[in-house]
Amino acid sequence: MPDFDLADAPVRELNAMLHALPPDTNETRWSIRNPGGKHAIACGLDRAITVEIAGHVGYYCGGMNKHATILIDGNAGVGLGENMMSGEVRITGDASQAAGATGCGGLLVIGGNASARCGISMKGIDIVVMGSIGPMSAFMAQAGNLVVLGDAGEALGDSIYEARLFVRGSVASLGADCIEKTMSAEDEAALAGVLAKADLAHVPTKSFKLYGSARKLYHFHVDNADAY
Amino acid sequence: MCGIAGLFLKNSALEPNLGALVSQMIGVLSDRGPDSAGFAIYGDRRDGLVKVTLRFAETSAAKTLLAELEGEVGPLDCIFRDSHCVVSLPFGEIDGLKAALGKLPGGVEIVSIGDRMEIYKEVGLPKQVTARFKLDGMSGTHAIGHTRMATESAVTTRGAHPFSTGADQCLVHNGSLSNHNAVRRELIREGMEFATENDSEVAAGYLTWRMRGGDSLKDALAQSLRDLDGFYTFVVGTRSGFAVLRDPIACKPAVMAETDDYVAFGSEYRALAALPGIGSARVFEPEPAVVYAWERGDA
Repeated sequence: MPDFDLADAPVRELNAMLHALPPDTNETRWSIRNPGGKHAIACGLDRAITVEIAGHVGYYCGGMNKHATILIDGNAGVGLGENMMSGEVRITGDASQAAGATGCGGLLVIGGNASARCGISMKGIDIVVMGSIGPMSAFMAQAGNLVVLGDAGEALGDSIYEARLFVRGSVASLGADCIEKTMSAEDEAALAGVLAKADLAHVPTKSFKLYGSARKLYHFHVDNADAY
Repeated sequence: MCGIAGLFLKNSALEPNLGALVSQMIGVLSDRGPDSAGFAIYGDRRDGLVKVTLRFAETSAAKTLLAELEGEVGPLDCIFRDSHCVVSLPFGEIDGLKAALGKLPGGVEIVSIGDRMEIYKEVGLPKQVTARFKLDGMSGTHAIGHTRMATESAVTTRGAHPFSTGADQCLVHNGSLSNHNAVRRELIREGMEFATENDSEVAAGYLTWRMRGGDSLKDALAQSLRDLDGFYTFVVGTRSGFAVLRDPIACKPAVMAETDDYVAFGSEYRALAALPGIGSARVFEPEPAVVYAWERGDA
């Protein structure tokens, strides 16, 4: 198992090694030590490898991920797993702002809390937060599932297009055009699927409430014609 | 973009290392603000004396200007550190010093006044700025540093943080205020004076004005949520206090760590990564629009 110490070599060197791995690589499990809050660790991976990081990471860790599994034992700075296409990013601690932003696919699991703008402009990613999420989360969300076992901050789902927002605790306030919805069998199945992927199958789906788009903001309404 | 580093010690055994710890933190944040740097450090106080930190525009002219100043007010007790000089004098002699400074042709100004606080700031790469002032060797109870990437005004030492608008009070700011001109006008009517057109100095002045009216540091910051508009992460120091406030949408980054020995603030975790005991510290992100304040009992 390759072992990389970021106290001895720069992030750029690590990322270059990870990017150079061939599709049939045997080096499928990497261990990273002393991340020290450095930025852009394990960004842009495109191989089905597992990268374990012991400690706190800085901005954009696991960004643009495709296929890889990135496991972080610590906290993360801004933009954890942003713009993911597939694969998994899991962190034991808290994530700062804009975790999972613009993600098109894959799974992001946050063991602690996520701060503001979690899942902003999400486009198909599944995000599971075991703690609570900060204000303005899922702003302009387009697709995917955001599952929160704790509480949600102010203006949840502001200007949301689509995407399902499942919250178990309280919601401080809903943003423009975001409403509570009745959970259909399809919604519940989707929630159960995401929980299972996150190893949380024991958490009852009935304990969540579903929030989503009222679809008034992005459909033209003829009564507003005079405004143009 | 700017960088902020702050360290407030709870364990006095760390006091001799304060300068070295904060200097390392500021160095890491050079990436966030390579234009200029500054720091406020709260060190020993001497009974009956106040510290006035002076900054000379030209280090080479400092001795000559100081001689002229001593010609006006008599011999001064001073310690030089590069372009700055800390003058210790009885409180009652400050007005005389200010008047004498006014008679000089320029090239020297007061950066800070306080029982315990000294402020140093210069243009240049933060690592070089802290080295010039030998921050590594300084001791104290708390310190706040700033690295600046100028976006709207010129790269000058006067635009460098921290700003001080009251004795032993300092503020550093990452962000920009949108209503600073209106607030400055109101504060000038209330008798406050400002040395620059800088928005951050207005925030410092606002807090000084509130505390002069009897507010605690915590209360003053809580009021600023109502009266100051814009993007900000503030870190504020007083003789015995240390506080943090972020704007209601948390526009600018902030991360904190607390142990039994200290409270530390960094714009990024990288700045905290080398602190002693960080592995077992409580690391958290301050919530938007929540005032975080710590106070020492012994100052």
